[in-house]
Amino acid sequence: MNLIHQIFSMNMLLATLRMAIPLTLASIGGVICERSGIINLGVEGMMLSGAFGAVAGTYFTGSSLAGILFALLVGGLTGLLHAVLCIRFHTRQSVSGVGINILASGLTIVLCRAVWKRDGLSETVKQVPGISIPGLEKIPVIGRLFRGQSPYLYITVLIVIIAWFVMYRTNVGLRLRVIGDHPKAAEAAGVNVTKYRYVSVVLCGMLCGFAGSYLSIVQSNLFVKDMVAGRGYMALAATIFGGWNPAGSFLTALLFAFAQAIRINVSLNIPEQLLQMLPYVLTLLVLMGVGGRVRGPQASGDIKD
Amino acid sequence: MGSADMRSFLAFLGRSLAAVLLSFAVSALIMLVSGYNPALAFASMIRGSFGSANSFANTLSKSVPLIFAGLACAYANKGGIFNIGCEGQLYMGAFVSTVTALSLRGMPRLFVIIASILTGMAAGAAVGSFNGFLKAKMKLNEVVVAIMLNYICRFFTSFFVSGILKDPDSETPQTLPVGEHYMFSKLIPKTQLTTALFLALIAALAMFFFFRETRAGYNVRAVGENGAAAEASGINVARTMILTMAVSGGLAGLTGVTEVFGKSERFIDGFSPGYGFTGIAIAFLAGNHPLGILLSALLFGIIQAGSMKMSYEAGVSTSMISVIQGLVILFVATPELVSIRIGRRRTA
Repeated sequence: MNLIHQIFSMNMLLATLRMAIPLTLASIGGVICERSGIINLGVEGMMLSGAFGAVAGTYFTGSSLAGILFALLVGGLTGLLHAVLCIRFHTRQSVSGVGINILASGLTIVLCRAVWKRDGLSETVKQVPGISIPGLEKIPVIGRLFRGQSPYLYITVLIVIIAWFVMYRTNVGLRLRVIGDHPKAAEAAGVNVTKYRYVSVVLCGMLCGFAGSYLSIVQSNLFVKDMVAGRGYMALAATIFGGWNPAGSFLTALLFAFAQAIRINVSLNIPEQLLQMLPYVLTLLVLMGVGGRVRGPQASGDIKD
Repeated sequence: MGSADMRSFLAFLGRSLAAVLLSFAVSALIMLVSGYNPALAFASMIRGSFGSANSFANTLSKSVPLIFAGLACAYANKGGIFNIGCEGQLYMGAFVSTVTALSLRGMPRLFVIIASILTGMAAGAAVGSFNGFLKAKMKLNEVVVAIMLNYICRFFTSFFVSGILKDPDSETPQTLPVGEHYMFSKLIPKTQLTTALFLALIAALAMFFFFRETRAGYNVRAVGENGAAAEASGINVARTMILTMAVSGGLAGLTGVTEVFGKSERFIDGFSPGYGFTGIAIAFLAGNHPLGILLSALLFGIIQAGSMKMSYEAGVSTSMISVIQGLVILFVATPELVSIRIGRRRTA
């Protein structure tokens, strides 16, 4: 009984939501990117760049907002790098992504040392404060969802809704989905495929940067070497597991985050490595067709002009 | 070598050199902007890796796992498969070979070493061929599968070395030592250079002759260049792909084996500093040529071995090596960018 109480407690729900935030944001970035036909293995590096950018921006200006904007800028620029390489220069997309990850991992640490004269961590900066929503916070039990939570929580839910709406209820989304499956047909119908791709990849970079900023200036108050710690790859798994759909990304991120939250908040007898492994095993099983077919964007990964 | 071959070889050499030079130039720029002295940094790096006989021996020893990782990626590339699963494969290789040696303790040295090498290779090959199977038979993207397998292998090994196989006297998750007796022999005392170097050289030569002289090697390349054409000419494409990934995974497994039996003496949780990913850079830089990989692995060995001295003397973080490595991957993988630069210079 005690165990059930631990698992289905408000604390677990809040912990799950919090851990799902960066996964959801990056995973939706991945959805947009892959729908445009570009595979982005650089999600990890883009999140890391954003995490660093947020701390640097906050440190130099003293403003959290500037930190977030800087994270968006740095993430967007990393996305632009991937876009230019893949679209303009036809670099193999997987290779570009791997290169960006290694570059970001090294460059953030080099700059950390250059700015703060420390190895692998920054000085502490101001954290983004939580907010309470007047009125709603007074509701019994679920009021806690609206009391002292990070604004990122609400922004993330908003982004999920907007991304889903744009993708399935607007012309822009329809075109994006066609580009992912039949770029030639889209081109023939007069859609500027190249423009869609650039915008999608840069947008993905910005979402990853935003996700990274959550790790560094919301969950924490400093940058630490390789602090994304595989969440980028997990977000990629969520993109696939969620069926390349923003709502699917969100639900999957919640599932993966739940497994992580159990690991931290509940005293279970399951070894933590098995819980850590879970998202990847589940995604692999889904890919192998266990429990239904998944089909990603058909033309994802090949740009041949 | 015909003149056309020669020309394409020179073009390739030019691209690789240009990519390396551009990476160093951009790295220098980054150091300059960050307030460091790039000339001093590079000079220290060279001194750190070539300064004495011992430091050069250590440079060579750093190159050994990189040679295997580079060969692993190159072998898969030749067969048209991008193997970013080396990381998981090398963890499994290191893990299984360690377990083998630990369970055969007391047996004759040569027997234990050979058994460990073979089981380590087999473990890497098993992970690789599973990846190849999913690509060949279920048409799954090998890269995405490899990412999942990397984490699964990583946590699988972590589970055992944090639990039932953990050295009870140690704070960190790692196995018991396999014992000095079962390690590769040191070529030079007080360095980490061991006979594993010969194993790496043999692997590179074997791969060179395999692709040059054998029918099987030709088949692998044929599948890599054009799967449909290979199928039409009677090659079993699916089988070739699975075998390609098995060999690639086996080579990646050897990366892990040499790390345990040449250096750490045991399986340490999370030991790899990303050898599998460095292997990608090495393979691309060498144009997947087995002998070229010896050179590009040496280059990365130099960078890694010299990074401590660079950090000490020029103040730059040792992570500068990741910056250089990432840039090399991006530049080598973008031949159009590099050739545009060269082209412009020529027309100017």
